[in-house]
Amino acid sequence: MANLSLNSVKESYASVKESMKEIMQPYAEKVQPYARVLAARAKNRPTSQSFIAGLTEDFLEFHGDRRFGDDAAIIAGVARINDMPITVIGIEKGITLQESIKRNFGAAHPEGYRKALRLMKQAEKFHRPVLCIVDTSGAYCGIGAEERGQGQAIAENLMEMMTLKTPVISLLIGEGGSGGALALAVADQVWMMENSIYSVISPEGCASILWKDSQKMQEAAEHLKLTAQDLFDMGVVEQIIPESSPKEFSKVYAVLKTMLYDSFQSAMQKPVDELVANRYQRFRQMGIQ
Amino acid sequence: MLEKRFFRKPKNELEHAGNGQSSRQNQPSVPDDLYVSCPECKQSILKADMEENGFVCPKCSHHFSMTARRRIQILTDAGSFNELFSDLSPTNLLDFPGYDEKLRKAQAESGEQEGVICGTAQIGGYPVALFVMDPGFILGSMGTIVGEKITRLFEYAAAQKLPVIGYTVSGGARMQEGILSLMQMAKTSGAVKLHSDAGLLYITVLTNPTTGGVTASFAMEGDIILAEPKALVAFAGPRVIEQTIRQKLPSGFQRAEFLLEKGFVDAIVHRNDQKSYLTTILKLHQKHCEGKGAM
Repeated sequence: MANLSLNSVKESYASVKESMKEIMQPYAEKVQPYARVLAARAKNRPTSQSFIAGLTEDFLEFHGDRRFGDDAAIIAGVARINDMPITVIGIEKGITLQESIKRNFGAAHPEGYRKALRLMKQAEKFHRPVLCIVDTSGAYCGIGAEERGQGQAIAENLMEMMTLKTPVISLLIGEGGSGGALALAVADQVWMMENSIYSVISPEGCASILWKDSQKMQEAAEHLKLTAQDLFDMGVVEQIIPESSPKEFSKVYAVLKTMLYDSFQSAMQKPVDELVANRYQRFRQMGIQ
Repeated sequence: MLEKRFFRKPKNELEHAGNGQSSRQNQPSVPDDLYVSCPECKQSILKADMEENGFVCPKCSHHFSMTARRRIQILTDAGSFNELFSDLSPTNLLDFPGYDEKLRKAQAESGEQEGVICGTAQIGGYPVALFVMDPGFILGSMGTIVGEKITRLFEYAAAQKLPVIGYTVSGGARMQEGILSLMQMAKTSGAVKLHSDAGLLYITVLTNPTTGGVTASFAMEGDIILAEPKALVAFAGPRVIEQTIRQKLPSGFQRAEFLLEKGFVDAIVHRNDQKSYLTTILKLHQKHCEGKGAM
């Protein structure tokens, strides 16, 4: 793919990088991986709606899974990047407290994942690329979510996304919490913002299960290898997107938009069968020693 | 307050996934003495009778936990099982503290290399590819080798045109292998899709308990989804939900009968009826189940 290389993107950020210190400053006393966890969860961090506004034009939100209801934890619809129509699906934590409550703090129910799949199938029909924006502590754990088949909804997304006949890129912007994140991350490429995390379990959950002490989350964060750099090194993600302070995120969006446009353009040139075969191989080799 | 029902005499060690300890010696349902106490009807039953009855209580039909190998033994036609990928064994990919010891202990206690056994067999004379998860191997958790073996089985079955029958039991993804265990959910789902797109049959049998990343991947992807009576089948386990919502869960929540009512399983099948039930399904899909004669 004709992507900007990680290094060239980083160079273009020389000035912006300085402001990273500002982001990480409040967490300086924490050990490194856990500082990333806190940065990924920071309240002032841009959420999916900010990314959609920064990366696309003409966004129209479409609602509902046509089965049960509409899940406000997932924002989805159509938009364009430059001259290219795309389908965009983002898990949204909300900005104000009131909005976060409405959006269940970005913890989706099965109907959210089913809405996402419905719109991915629509994108497949009209052969436009899909951008998934992931930011969730995890799929919601509750009575309604279980009654309506949270596990089944996620499983179906994994299966269907694997052979979706259109390009898919998933971008992790904050928390990538386990199956609830993976349900929107079976993609041709997975990119992570510099301060996002992606993990099979939260460091607190891991510490409490393994060591009966959720205070050992710093240690757990270290061992889980959940930072963008760790995952890049393991070959689980293709790109790390350098960040700036939240106030200057427009610079980040400008670079990211170019990267997305170029990647989607190049993916659209490929035969669909090759695209799908590569996606299968991408996941097929994970965990083979 | 947690509902007592979920903490009645442990039916199996997986319901206590929280303590990260699993020991077959401590498994209350199958002690090494002559009698066992049934956690359901509280009656004392002869262990030999219970085992003879497919690890089902002869008095109340409570389904006891059982090892993958015993299950294969009672399910498949005598002498037909041919194990595949048994040489694959897990390693501590992330240098996770304590994981090496945990693996060694699980291997020593179970006599298995990993928590899933794969192979080909005949059921009622029909050739199948089969995977059976083991509840005793680190809580039936899915690490990279579990994912790899199941993926290989689906790829093998797709090439050989065999149906797949999968028995699930799992505490979820294995956290000691971090993100790479999460990726097995996608990898196995891709292999299921590959097999499915080849027009082949996949039947899952959900056993107690099937939870987390396994529920959210290949357990729920069968063409036909069966469950054992009263099996706990969940994405998030009852304890996690109670901690999240801080309220009592309704009676029978997340049991097989609940999933049947909500439309997520096709049928609940008593363990002793499973072989004939599966044989009938295979018979009805005969055109799609013939295999390539690789047996």
